[in-house]
Amino acid sequence: MSVVIRTSGDLDGPMSDTRRIRGALGPMARENRAALEKRHPAIFAGSRLGRAATTAIFAGLLGLLVFALWRLEFSFARIGAGIGQLLHFLTLMVPPSAGTWARFWLFLHSLGETVAIALLGTLAAAVLAFPLGFLAAKNVVAQRVLHFFARRFLDTIRGVDTLIWALIWINVVGLGPFAGILAIMSSDFGAFGKLFSEAIEAVDRKPIEGVASTGGSRLAEIRFGILPQILPVIAGQVLYYIESNTRSATIIGIVGAGGIGMFLSEAIRTLEWQQVSLLVAMILVAVAVIDQISSRIRFAIIGERRIET
Amino acid sequence: MPTTLPRLPEERLRPLAAAHAAAVREVRVKTLASFAVLAVVVVVAAWFAEVDIVKMASRIGTVGDYVGRIFTFDSGAHVGRPVIVAPGEWMWGLSHWARLIGDTLLIAYAGTLLGAVAAFFLSFMAARNLGRHPMVRVGVKRLLEFCRTVPELVFALIFVIAFGLGPMPGVLALAIHTTGALGKLFSEVVENVDMKPIEGTTATGGSWWQTVRFAVVPQVASNFASYALLRFEINVRGASVMGFVGAGGIGQDLIEAIRKFYYADVSAILVLIILTVMAIDLATERLRHHLIATEARA
Repeated sequence: MSVVIRTSGDLDGPMSDTRRIRGALGPMARENRAALEKRHPAIFAGSRLGRAATTAIFAGLLGLLVFALWRLEFSFARIGAGIGQLLHFLTLMVPPSAGTWARFWLFLHSLGETVAIALLGTLAAAVLAFPLGFLAAKNVVAQRVLHFFARRFLDTIRGVDTLIWALIWINVVGLGPFAGILAIMSSDFGAFGKLFSEAIEAVDRKPIEGVASTGGSRLAEIRFGILPQILPVIAGQVLYYIESNTRSATIIGIVGAGGIGMFLSEAIRTLEWQQVSLLVAMILVAVAVIDQISSRIRFAIIGERRIET
Repeated sequence: MPTTLPRLPEERLRPLAAAHAAAVREVRVKTLASFAVLAVVVVVAAWFAEVDIVKMASRIGTVGDYVGRIFTFDSGAHVGRPVIVAPGEWMWGLSHWARLIGDTLLIAYAGTLLGAVAAFFLSFMAARNLGRHPMVRVGVKRLLEFCRTVPELVFALIFVIAFGLGPMPGVLALAIHTTGALGKLFSEVVENVDMKPIEGTTATGGSWWQTVRFAVVPQVASNFASYALLRFEINVRGASVMGFVGAGGIGQDLIEAIRKFYYADVSAILVLIILTVMAIDLATERLRHHLIATEARA
């Protein structure tokens, strides 16, 4: 007799087992279905109230969807025509090409610009949000009014989309990647402030008490009691945001705030479909590479822990 | 109670102190090295992105100017005074803007629901534990990855050309991006379900779809709903800028106000957007806590 030890990687296992059982048990159960239904009436009937509630929720969701589609002027004729157009565009997209080499280098440079915008914007946001995270943490600043206003301030900043920030910053510093950095910085500042303060609120009290018991000052408590606990968490979050900001940085160029988005929107608007497919492919590759690098660093810093976002 | 701490003799203390110093030095060197790498990366990135600190320093005052200006009337009877003195005048387009914000919410809603439905069906195909053919699984996974990596605004730009201006391309763009984002989260939830109900259903002769319906869906429904609500919150923000590329909602009016320097309108629309986003955040948070509570009870 042999014993099979199933490793966690063998996820298909149970299903193939049951497939074998199904061959024997299934027909038997189907034959006796009437008898089974008589023996366990409660299981087959289900809860009528629960079913009514589910139906009501789905009817409500569907009703609102129908209203939305009517209000937003959906028409099947337009969808059909549009899909035909899209398929036509797809045939025009192959093979991806920049036209000239000079243009390809321009694309590559703007892709680098995009990554730079994401990196600098996220780092600047983290540096600015760091002190505010302490202000918004209940266990550092036990001042309810200050705490409330810090939180609301962060919520307000978070409510504005990156692209809106980009438009506002363009008015201040002019067109170009610098406005993009400031836009990413502004929208992430709110998110980081909230995440950092939550990380600070979740720290273990004991190291802080330890520092206090040896006569450490309030500042020493933060430096030696809190910082060592939150730094890995914060580093993980910052890396995760650099990753996701690479994606958002690709679009801020649409409004003129630098990066590859400018070329992308230009190519779409002038119907240069071969360039569009090349640019999209470049973005996909860049995002995949950044994903790989940052998850490597992240795991090196914090191990395979789940990041709360 | 006074106690005297025993002090080790000097010759035993020295190697201990040296070992401690070496350990501390090692950590310091590592930290310094990583900061040095980071500094180099930042400098290279700043050079790439044409960061000009001098220009920034000279322009930093204009930030305050701009904020001050958007909260001041630039025309009409109250010209030069802060917008708060005449809220009616400030919010002159309220009924128009409110309708557009309603449209924005509907775009977000329709996009989220359509995307969530697509993600729902695709997630079972992408999950490792439901025994679909590996080719199907990998194909679906790649498709979802593509959908969530291409930003929704890029889809919107292309759809506006294919389907014409208006909210419809906005809804479709959000739906596709939502399919990708939720499909990944959904399939992760499915991969973590308890396998016993699945074995039970297959053992009684259930087909693949019956297994999904009776063994998997009851386990994942509340989690799915919670993720979909979170996505709705994100999509409201996304829908607010769809108008920038002509895909409906409040964005169209906002970009016009910003580009044409209608300062007071900019602040009015921004305040309305922020209030809406906050209200939606609060409402969905309530609903999600409620969902998590029902899950805990079940």
